[in-house]
Amino acid sequence: MDNPIPAIEILGLKKTYGELSAVNEVHLSVGRGEIFGLLGPNGAGKTTLLMMLATLLKPTSGDARVNGYSIISQPSHVRQSIGMVFQDPSSDELLSGYENLKLHALMYDVQWKSIDHRINNVMRLVDLEHRKHDKVKTYSGGMRRRMEIARGLLHQPAVLFLDEPTLGLDPQTREHIWKYIESLARETGMTIVLTTHYMEEAEKLCQRVAIIDYGKIIALDTTQNLKNRLAGDVVTLRGKLLEIDALRGLPFVRKIELQDGRIQITIENAGKNLKSLLLAAGEIEEVQVRSSDLNDVFLHFTGKEIRETEGDTLEHIRVMTTAKQSR
Amino acid sequence: MKPTHVLKGIYALWYREFKVFLNEQSRILSAVFLPMFWYFIFGSGVGSITTTGINYQHFIFPGFLAMTIIFSSLFNGAYIVWDKKIDFLKEVLIAPLSRTTIFVGKVVGGMTDALIQAFILIIIGTVIGIPFTIVNTLYTVFILFIFTIGLVSLGLIIGSFLESPESFGLVSSFVVYPLFLLSGALYPLDTLPAWMKVLTRLDPATFAVDGLRNVILGISSMSLIHDLSVLIAFDISLILIGTWAFNRMKL
Ligand SMILES: Nc1ncnc2c1ncn2[C@@H]1O[C@H](COP(=O)(O)OP(=O)(O)OP(=O)(O)O)[C@@H](O)[C@H]1O
Ligand SMILES: [Mg+2]
Repeated sequence: MDNPIPAIEILGLKKTYGELSAVNEVHLSVGRGEIFGLLGPNGAGKTTLLMMLATLLKPTSGDARVNGYSIISQPSHVRQSIGMVFQDPSSDELLSGYENLKLHALMYDVQWKSIDHRINNVMRLVDLEHRKHDKVKTYSGGMRRRMEIARGLLHQPAVLFLDEPTLGLDPQTREHIWKYIESLARETGMTIVLTTHYMEEAEKLCQRVAIIDYGKIIALDTTQNLKNRLAGDVVTLRGKLLEIDALRGLPFVRKIELQDGRIQITIENAGKNLKSLLLAAGEIEEVQVRSSDLNDVFLHFTGKEIRETEGDTLEHIRVMTTAKQSR
Repeated sequence: MKPTHVLKGIYALWYREFKVFLNEQSRILSAVFLPMFWYFIFGSGVGSITTTGINYQHFIFPGFLAMTIIFSSLFNGAYIVWDKKIDFLKEVLIAPLSRTTIFVGKVVGGMTDALIQAFILIIIGTVIGIPFTIVNTLYTVFILFIFTIGLVSLGLIIGSFLESPESFGLVSSFVVYPLFLLSGALYPLDTLPAWMKVLTRLDPATFAVDGLRNVILGISSMSLIHDLSVLIAFDISLILIGTWAFNRMKL
């Protein structure tokens, strides 16, 4: 296990589409056995980055080493070293789960005599053993995702990429998948790189997280450290004629943000300082206090809300259109 | 890459193609029965007004054999645009296989489907009195085998350029029907006006139909060697273009 070469080393990768830099000079290193998260809003460049690491997309410039192999000069070694679970389903639904996995095993040169054995193992890991001979089109979205995760593991890759592993799944299924990913990491010690725009997902699964926006990494640290940077409590106030300038002057106030008719203030130790804050604020109609989470960290770095319930419709439309065009 | 890995890769793609084929009985049925339907309409309708020296239904049977092969090979090949659509192509392209291996696997898969359909038609032909013997059946299968290599490759090439399955209709209007209608499947080649003769000679299917007529009925305009040489040249060029097209194909 003591392999000194990092699982992934990204050296200034860049991908441009005309004027747009989808991925902009990214440098990054991921250690062996690490669960690493790429966190970013729609269109941040997460999928583009993974596609380049997986050698499916040619970078405009830069290089990366995956499992020690260059994605530019040794693509077939890279391919043999990775497993990929794509953002969109990529299995053949006219075939059964077993047939999809068998096809995969053959393409990755798994030894004949261990094919069935391995298929049973990975299908058991994702609890699909009893459905393996059913056609994929009879699977639910969550089952299909699990089957594709199993497929990604089949050739025992050094690095597993999961592109938005729980996108579009209900909360219960999502927790299920988290459980599988956790047990997978525990049992195999495999390096896992996942992209997500769910805070809790990154927080729950990943040891380190890179926040990516507009193709650039804007923060990179452990989830805990990222939160510590902004440690504090968030106070949301609503009211008339609030004394914003006075609030800015208070020593324990870290950050003030205006949001349609409300102000959101990050302060140190609300238990101690809330009273002075409220006294200085003026005429208040409503107060909310909560402790900060990764979502605030994200908001801080990107200026964007990432919460799933408050998805930006325009952004969503933009993504849908590009998804169509790329077909 | 190890040679066994290459073979396994080809087998993998064939395996998938074959499993899908077995699952799509309706496609098999329509691919066999559409030509048969045409065959009887033409055979009895046109047969009543033309004189080709022999039974017109027998005369056009090789043409309908070719038609089945043309339809199913081209559509099987062009089906790769569907793989793009359902994102299955990503799973194939990310595998540690060369694009050439993937191309060959797809060709072998498409050929299998087409030849199975042709075989069903040969059996039907025997039943309705086409003079098949063991020897000329082997020749027939051999010619169809040679012909289908180039056709599936052509389908794959077209499919690798297509962006969406909606453009599928173009394939049938601009490739499948011209190939079929210019091939002399329905009429003798020798009595054509000069310009039409030129057009038929540009269609590789002409040589397949001529060769098939030669081995099944003993009538032909060109020698079997001539027909086979053209078909083999057709195969070689399309395999070359196909590997090139696959190597440049992006997602
Ligand atoms: N083939 C393409 N042509 C042009 N622009 C593209 C193409 N693919 C991606 N882009 C653009 O690159 C940017 C990054 O896209 P990417 O799919 O990597 O984002 P993402 O972080 O994966 O987003 P999501 O969370 O929606 O999956 C987007 O602005 C997108 O519009
Ligand atoms: Mg994405």
